[in-house]
Amino acid sequence: MRKQSEAMEALLLKVDDLTIGFADRRGFLLAANRVSFSVPKDHTLGMVGESGCGKSVTLRSLLGLVPYPGEVIAGSIMWMGRDLRGVSKKKLEQIRGKDISMIFQDPTSCLNPVFSVGDQITEMLRLKLYMSRQKAYARAVELLDRVGIPSPKLRLTDYPHQLSGGMRQRVMIAIAIASQPKLLLADEPTTALDVTIQDQILSLLAEIREETGMSMILVSHDVGVVAQNSDEVAVMYAGYLVERGRAQELLHRPRHPYTQGLLKAIPKIDQVGEGGPLVPIRGQPPNLADLPQGCPFQPRCRFMNEGCSTVSMELNRQEPEHGSACPFVDEGGMR
Amino acid sequence: MTLWLGVGIVGIAVILAIGTNWIGFTNPNEQDLGASLLAPSVAHPFGTDELGRDILTRVLHGARIDLSFGLITTYVSLVIGMFLGALAGYFGGVTDTVLMRVVDTVISFPFIVLILAIASIVGAGLLGAYVGVLVVSWALYARLTRGEMLVLRETQYMMAAETLGLPVRRIIFVHAIPNLLRANLVFSMSDIVLNILTLAALSYLGLGVRPPTAEWGTIIAQGQKYLRTAWWISTLPGIVVVLVGVGFALIGDGLADRLGEDVTGAA
Repeated sequence: MRKQSEAMEALLLKVDDLTIGFADRRGFLLAANRVSFSVPKDHTLGMVGESGCGKSVTLRSLLGLVPYPGEVIAGSIMWMGRDLRGVSKKKLEQIRGKDISMIFQDPTSCLNPVFSVGDQITEMLRLKLYMSRQKAYARAVELLDRVGIPSPKLRLTDYPHQLSGGMRQRVMIAIAIASQPKLLLADEPTTALDVTIQDQILSLLAEIREETGMSMILVSHDVGVVAQNSDEVAVMYAGYLVERGRAQELLHRPRHPYTQGLLKAIPKIDQVGEGGPLVPIRGQPPNLADLPQGCPFQPRCRFMNEGCSTVSMELNRQEPEHGSACPFVDEGGMR
Repeated sequence: MTLWLGVGIVGIAVILAIGTNWIGFTNPNEQDLGASLLAPSVAHPFGTDELGRDILTRVLHGARIDLSFGLITTYVSLVIGMFLGALAGYFGGVTDTVLMRVVDTVISFPFIVLILAIASIVGAGLLGAYVGVLVVSWALYARLTRGEMLVLRETQYMMAAETLGLPVRRIIFVHAIPNLLRANLVFSMSDIVLNILTLAALSYLGLGVRPPTAEWGTIIAQGQKYLRTAWWISTLPGIVVVLVGVGFALIGDGLADRLGEDVTGAA
């Protein structure tokens, strides 16, 4: 009993049955469907899925910023014991950037072109931490240095177009961690970068996490990126969470057919020349307006059977450490 | 290059307009009936009109009225239009619908007819012209800014400003406005010309500045009668108007090139 309450206290974020709908002529398209996950302190949750499966919308909903005409229809988003859905706009504005920060996919456009790098970092420090101009300036130099930008003092007066993509992503990270948030939402932070820079950025994030104990939700469509950098992985498909488990466990013993398919479609460095050709997932990504009854993955699933249309898409609660939404298939194939 | 040429032309016009009295062109209404309808000469570079008034002096004094009219009406409506357009574009929904329907209403009238109507309600004179042009020309800025804001809203740095919890006021006025300024400034240059011409047209029709006050439109209108015998009365001031117009247009062009390069030359 006590153990459980301790675990509860350590939870930063607990999302339950989060459902996000986009209004449509016929009703709602569900971009997230009863999604539940939680993020304890000092923990990285990885989220994987194809484009359009609801990852980014889910992230943005945590900040109360679901783009119009979308809205959170049901569920709760508990942030340190308080439901963010019931919180006032003013309060939410304070939580954004101070407690929860976010970095974005495209470093070429995530900085405002008309302000210098220094202005953009000190703005956060002055608005969120109420620092004086001089203090903010000194801190901005430290932050740029921390994210690995050489001669930070000189770079402060640079404008975004004078920096490379990798540098801009570093500046974005500096801005995001300026207010020492407890949770960092990383929405495909490396997708637009070269592989070498990707690696540098990810290790930078890992270092910062280690130093500050900040938690992170890392969203990517790249299973490899997520696997190496997360404690826990959640796999999304067509707005549903189809599998969730500890990273190593999930990657080595995937239970849901979709996760299995994803992993089979990626080349593995230690198996070069061994196994056969890569196996793609057949079919097209799902159309949210036209999902089948039950499991949305069934048209593309190797194990499809007549029970698929009655699947409830609940993660198996018997195994909270590693739940799959598919009742028929296990790591070895059909149960 | 175009930018500096334009700045040069407009700059000279502004300096001459401000300094008219110091360089000896003191009284635009001084008559010398013995020297009426003189062709351009050293003593009267632009010639004289039927009352013997020196036309260059009148043009220079007219420049004060016309240039200040152009600049004031343009930038006041730029500020108003940009503010309302930014709100409409950022918030969308009802704010957007209401504001843009007002804009549509204003724009759907033929520009000059609406100004004429307003100017005649307020009364003939400079005030009527100011009110008429202001009531009409903010709408174009509002529409322009709204469109730019719709695009800007979707950029990642605007989303970032939102996700990082900056106050809405700050997002609109500090982060968005500088990015919206470019299109507005470029447009404002052609708008200045348009507004100056509108004042000239109103005066020509007897609703703007009234004679004997020297103003480009009134000078040109009065010279019309003598076009066949004393062409300089209308023609030379007309060329001045054209030159100043070209000057502003060049600035607009130059600004478009330059701002485009500096701001979006990121890649």
